[in-house]
Parts: sequence; C-alpha cells; structure tokens
Amino acid sequence: MTSIHRRRETLPAMLLLAPFLVAFLLFFLVPALQTFWLSLTDSSLTRTSAFVGLANYATLVQDPSFWAALGNTFYFSLLTVVPLTVLGLVMALLVDRFTRAGAWLQGAFFLPFVLPISVMTLIADWMLQPTSGVVNYLLGMQRAWFADVHWAMPMVAIGTIWWTVGFNMLMFLAGLRNIPRELYEAAALDGARGFALFRHITWPQLRPVAWTALVLQLIASLKIFGQTYIMTTGGPYNTTRVTLHYMYETAFTQSDAGYAAAIATAFVIVVVLLSLLQGWIARRVGGRP
Amino acid sequence: MKGRHNLGWTIVAAVAGIVLAALWAAPLLWALSTSLRPEYETISPVFHWLPQHWTLEAYGKVLGAGNVPRWLFNSALVALLVTLVTMAVSLMAAYAFSQMRFRGRDTLFVLAMLAFLLPFEALLVPLFRMMNQLGLINTYAGIVLPQVVSPVVIYVFRQFFDAIPADFREAAVLDGASPWRVLWSVYLPMSGNIVWAMAIVTFIAAWNNFLWPFIIVTSNDMMTIPLGLTQTYDAFGVRYAQLMAAALLGALPVALAYVVFQRRVTHGFLAATGLKG
Repeated sequence: MTSIHRRRETLPAMLLLAPFLVAFLLFFLVPALQTFWLSLTDSSLTRTSAFVGLANYATLVQDPSFWAALGNTFYFSLLTVVPLTVLGLVMALLVDRFTRAGAWLQGAFFLPFVLPISVMTLIADWMLQPTSGVVNYLLGMQRAWFADVHWAMPMVAIGTIWWTVGFNMLMFLAGLRNIPRELYEAAALDGARGFALFRHITWPQLRPVAWTALVLQLIASLKIFGQTYIMTTGGPYNTTRVTLHYMYETAFTQSDAGYAAAIATAFVIVVVLLSLLQGWIARRVGGRP
Repeated sequence: MKGRHNLGWTIVAAVAGIVLAALWAAPLLWALSTSLRPEYETISPVFHWLPQHWTLEAYGKVLGAGNVPRWLFNSALVALLVTLVTMAVSLMAAYAFSQMRFRGRDTLFVLAMLAFLLPFEALLVPLFRMMNQLGLINTYAGIVLPQVVSPVVIYVFRQFFDAIPADFREAAVLDGASPWRVLWSVYLPMSGNIVWAMAIVTFIAAWNNFLWPFIIVTSNDMMTIPLGLTQTYDAFGVRYAQLMAAALLGALPVALAYVVFQRRVTHGFLAATGLKG
C-alpha cells in the first residue's frame, strides 16, 4: 500500500468502524473500567458515592458468604469440567465411528445445547419432582432432590452436563476429522489395532483440542449462575449459591453496587488466574503444540 | 476405514452409542409426552410412559391465555434485531480491520479482542446503572444493544476476509468503488456461507440469552421466552402439561434452526472457537 492510500483510507475506515467502536466503548470498555472504579466506592445501584479505597476488598476477604459462594462455584466446576470433557470425547468417538448412525447420534447429543436454559431447568424440575417425577418413579423413591443439601448441586451438574456436553462433542469431532487418515493406515500396516490406535494416534493428535476444551469448560463452569438460580435459587441453606449469584444479590437486592463490583473484580481475577494455571499445566504436560 | 474396526469394539461402541443417545433424547421425549396429556394425567398416581388421552389442550391453553405469545414475539424481535445489527456492525468492522490501512489498526484490534477475555458477567452492575440512566430499562433497545458487541464474530469475519486475494479489492478500487461498495458487492457475496453460519449462531445465542434480559427486564410484557419461562409457575401454577408445552414452544425456533441448518450451526460454532475458519 502506498502512502496515498494510507491517507485516503483513514476516514472511510473510521466510518466503517464507527458503529462497532461506539458500541464497544459504551457496552464494554467503559463498563469494564467502571467495574473497577465502583469497587473502590460505596455506591448504590443508582447513586455513585464516596471513594473508600480498598475497603470493599478488605471486607471481601473476611466475608464468609463470599468464600462459601466461591467454594460452591469450585464444587460445581469439580463436578462438571472433567466429566463434560471426557464425555464429549467419548461422544465424538462414537459419532465418528458410525457413518450413517453417526449423524443421528450427533443430533441427539448436540440438540440440548441449542435449547434455552429455562427449557433445560423446567424439564429437570419436572423429572425430579418428589412425587410425580420420572426419576423417583424409576428409583422407587420420593426424594426432593433440589431440597437435599447433598443432592442439589450434583443434580444441577447433571442437568448442565446433559445441556452442554454437545458443544465439547463438536470440538472433539472437529479435532478427530482433522487427523490425517494416512497416520491410521501407516499404523495399521505396523499391526496396530483397536485401543492401540487410539493410544498412539488419536489421543496424541487430539491432546491440544482436549486442553482447549478443558480451558473453555473451566471458564464456562466458573461462570455458572442461571442453572442454580432457576433450579434451586441458591438453596438449600445457600449450598448452591455461587459467586455470580452472590454478586447479583449484593447488587440487585441489597443495592450495594460498590461491594458487588468488588466481587465481580475478584471473580475476574480468579477466572484469569485459573485459566493461566491451566495453561501452565498444559505446557508442562506438553499438551499444547 | 472399516479395516481399523474389529467386531468387539464395534459392539461396545454400538451399545454405548445407543445407551447414550437414549439418555440424551429421553428428557425431551418425556417433556413431549407430558405436554400431550390432559393436566390431571400429570399428577395421576398411576404412571404411564405415554399419554392415556392424547390432547393438544396444553398447547391451546398456553397459546390462548397468559403471556407466552407475547414472550415469543419479544424473543423473535430481539433475536432478529440482535442478529441483523451484529452482522452489519461486525461485517463493516471486520472489513476495515482486514482490508484497510489506517493508523492504530492493530492496537485497536487487539483491544477489541480483549473483550474475549473479560466475562460479560463482570460488567453487569455498571451496564445496569448506565441503562438505568439512559432510561432503557424494560425497552427493546436496552435488551438488544449490549448484545451487539461480538468480538468473536468480527474475528471470524476478519479471518475470512484476510483469506480473500487482495486482487479482488484492488480491481474494484481501480474502478472507483468506495470501500462500502467493495464490501457490499465484492466481499459479501463471496462470504455467503460464513455470514449465514454466524448469523444463525448469533440468532440462537440471542434467542437463548438469559442473563442480560434477566437483569434489564422487570416487566412481564417485556420478557423474552427464556426469562418468561422462569415465571411460568406464577402464570400457570404447577400445571406440568402446560409448563412442558410452554418449554417446548420456547425451544421450537432454535431446535428448528438447528435441525434445518445443522451444517451451518456446526460450522458457525466451530468457527467461533477458532477450530475451523
């Protein structure tokens, strides 16, 4: 490009970029900076008030409700991240294995992912009803799953796994289909069969996809809010109240926007730190190319 | 490829596939079966897998009374607006980022991609305060606007534009075409598939968005269907045939979009994770 072009293009480029830049500024950059700024103030949901320095953070580190919510978030992540990744891989292998039936399997596994969250939660609620629910009928029980401190979170996790595993399946499927067929043919000539093919060809080739899936899944799981909010409203006894739920309550029921912004900032730091940690482990294990 | 399969593994895979597919299809089939019953059958002490009386009564009730039609309309309007605006905004921005030369281009692009990293959830409090000040609570503009910032879509379009040989643009520019004209008549027609894929994925995501409407909408009339469905206990009481009918109606547009455009949905989601361009 000559310098004449360079000059000529700035104005038209800015015109093309203007709608995005305005939206980006208003709905991303300014709110991002404001989150941090608000966390240093005593603001309510409608009024901005006094600067209080790090006082909100000082309260936060000693707030048992915050730590409990963070603990619940980790518990949910523990129950979902690895199962969702492993199950996604298993499903992708199954879809890939069968030529005709594979398309039907893919449809069955992926369809729940495109449904609205409240459709998943309504169906889960109906299936888990204490007296009329199909799950209790099959188990011969009358358990109120969402009112049980031991079972509420695992049930939310199972609902989430049903709802979202299709996306991981899709990622693994793309990974599988990118593996050159010659690798299998060469290995077959060397006498490799069955599980040996998976261990020596498929898995090494898929490892980068598996790490990507794990990272995306971890971030998605840490961001849980809707499932627990709708299915259990954080109960019983706050055992399913997660970090974002606590932030939401602080901001919108107690109108403590300053403290809620501090929770949001702490949450972002946790998410970023954990993704960095996972990336570091991935490099140590040699999963990423 | 059949050569690498031996019979034992094929049987294991077939059984696993059938069991998993049945488990994954069962909740939706059970919801469908429930929605086709008269209400008294859903609380009947005698259990039946299939309706004893097949009826569309629940669908009639849901569509005839209450807010479900209004919520469906709101969702359709919001999802269409989000899709159209996101596509327009992102195509223009991606074209500028990919094909035009201007100072600060790369810095600006990296800054835009930062929005990938910061979870939207962290922005809720200031976004709500801003919308409140602008008087956009419970308005379509308030629901739609924050959803049109989509760095992922810009990223995918830019990748796609980068791969189109510059000759096309240079020829058009020599003919005196404006950048707008080049985007509209040269690049857009060459990008049909990826634009469709991203549009469908954006539509599905906007239809399903729960969190932002949950924050910005308080009035029953302005709710979208995912949000409205969480209010259905108030609307119908615990009437499970009607609840399942409402849920399936709320899922129908996205389920149809998926079934009809399966390839494009798949392609769009993969493009968004950077696994396929």
